[in-house]
Amino acid sequence: MTLGLIAYFSTRFDSSDSSIYLPGKSTDGHYQIELDCNACHTPMMGVKEQACLDCHGDDLDEADDSHPKSKFTDPRKADQLKKIDARKCITCHIEHRAHRTHDMGVTLPEDYCFHCHEEIAEERESHKDYPFNSCATAGCHNFHDNSALYEDFLAKHLDEPDFKAEAFLASRNLSDRIAKSEIAKFLNPDAARQADAPQELALPPENHENWFTTAHAQAGVNCSGCHQQASQSGTLEWKDTVTHETCQKCHKAETSGWLKGKHGMRHAQDLSPMTPSMARLPMKTEMAHASLSCTSCHSAHDFNTQYAAAEACIKCHDDDHSKNYFGSSHYDLWQEQAKDQHAGNTGVSCATCHLPRVEQSDGEVHVEHNQNWNLEPNEKMIRSVCLDCHGLGFAIDALADPALIQSNFQGLPARHIESLDLVKKRTTENQD
Amino acid sequence: MKSNAKTILSTGATLALAVLLSACGGSSTTTTTVSTGITPKKMADALHAVMESDRTVYTKKVVNRLQNEQKVIKASEHWEDDKALPLPAQMFRMGAEMVTAKDVGFTYGLLSKWPVNKQNAPTTDLEKKGLDFIDENGGTEPFYGEETLGDSKYFTAIYADVGVVTACVKCHNEHKDSPRTDFEIGDVMGGVVIRIPMDS
Repeated sequence: MTLGLIAYFSTRFDSSDSSIYLPGKSTDGHYQIELDCNACHTPMMGVKEQACLDCHGDDLDEADDSHPKSKFTDPRKADQLKKIDARKCITCHIEHRAHRTHDMGVTLPEDYCFHCHEEIAEERESHKDYPFNSCATAGCHNFHDNSALYEDFLAKHLDEPDFKAEAFLASRNLSDRIAKSEIAKFLNPDAARQADAPQELALPPENHENWFTTAHAQAGVNCSGCHQQASQSGTLEWKDTVTHETCQKCHKAETSGWLKGKHGMRHAQDLSPMTPSMARLPMKTEMAHASLSCTSCHSAHDFNTQYAAAEACIKCHDDDHSKNYFGSSHYDLWQEQAKDQHAGNTGVSCATCHLPRVEQSDGEVHVEHNQNWNLEPNEKMIRSVCLDCHGLGFAIDALADPALIQSNFQGLPARHIESLDLVKKRTTENQD
Repeated sequence: MKSNAKTILSTGATLALAVLLSACGGSSTTTTTVSTGITPKKMADALHAVMESDRTVYTKKVVNRLQNEQKVIKASEHWEDDKALPLPAQMFRMGAEMVTAKDVGFTYGLLSKWPVNKQNAPTTDLEKKGLDFIDENGGTEPFYGEETLGDSKYFTAIYADVGVVTACVKCHNEHKDSPRTDFEIGDVMGGVVIRIPMDS
């Protein structure tokens, strides 16, 4: 037995398999890259704080983080920092602690609000009966992102109907932006009707037919636009395979999000591509070993976004929430939109919620390809998605009902969050 | 680069020495000792002069002019959502947080005995004492002291933050979370707290 153990461990230590060093099960957010220890750790296995910010910093900025590090580096916070060092992500979020990891994918101490806000009941009579550890779990507050939960925002959205009379999404506008960008000078829509792939390749005719109907062809993105790539010597060479590095030349925001999300994060760390077999969510066995790339969902040459937004997802995903989509009101709307070209953006696909259209303050609309951007905690989905069609109160209640989420929103929320009621009561009292 | 009170003082001493040596080595017969050292108090006063001036300009020339006089655009606590101007206090705090992130050897903030956000109430003994002091003297004189926070010692200066235009007093008097609603122009509404570390 001793010899066996020696043989086993010498093999493990000799191999490049670093799973032997894992101190515990990694979170759902990080397990894909858990064997790339250096992504998060220093050589002596400390944690690189910057590694957290490299992946999550932009999202925190965008959400106008309610508790940024800069709020805690003031010397007057020294006593509070002794109780909870809020300058560091790892004070609250500890990896490899499965037994302490919450549903939303992170560990959280129970008392993190209490240390600074213990006098809240004196300030707000309405809060006196809430347990000290219920600030976030009651569906009212979030440590980082309160953009859909802050009091004045709730006050603006009191008494909204559950279903808005005018419900539609923002229109994508990449083609307009490309037309005004530097890229435009490389495009020639008039000449693009003739595919410029080398004749000797003898490509299947459907490639050309598929491409011919796309926005690519209409905008003047010819075969060479994607397949002719710079070699190491700088000359242009034809490549049969097109990677995300080529796509991102025009689809920068989309690719950037994809590299941060569950589908592309392994690419970002130079690991082998994600496959459904690695997933923790239920996936279809026949797709277990499919490698994920841009063309996994946006099949090459036709790039059908209608297909990519729903059917492509169900090609791999096999969990209840995904399967129940096809019996939901959201899917009915999606089908209606598909039938009626004049329906506008009124359908709701998987991508509507999980790869949402994000409108920037300058009017740019891009499709966010990082599924986690608005998913955990799911209150982040309220402003980015739900409010396009639903009232705020309905959206908060729906996202707080796990059974309703699992059924893919077939029915009405069974849970009610009191935050709007409290705001309404306070607003009324202030007016009296 | 991180600096602190000791560095500032020793830099000052070195400068004084250099000026003195230069004077001795030259042809001048002047025997006056020239002291160019910068004390923490002088540094705090200088920093506050900049802060107060910028704050007053933003409050009077931007917010009060555009919101209250010309009625072109509002200032709002939720300025991004409302496509409005940041409130003067927010403008000041955003700058303070940016300076803190740069770790340049001092920090500053805006506190009040009547804060809209309770996190901006005084917490240390010196903050409480200093805010009482400037309130009682009507902002005619700043407060200076030393305090130990965590494991570090600080020179702390507190300057009166006075309501200079209608926008200041109106906003605070009408805010639902304001604990005081009778401010008038010229009142001390809070204090600017500047801290300079004294440890190496």
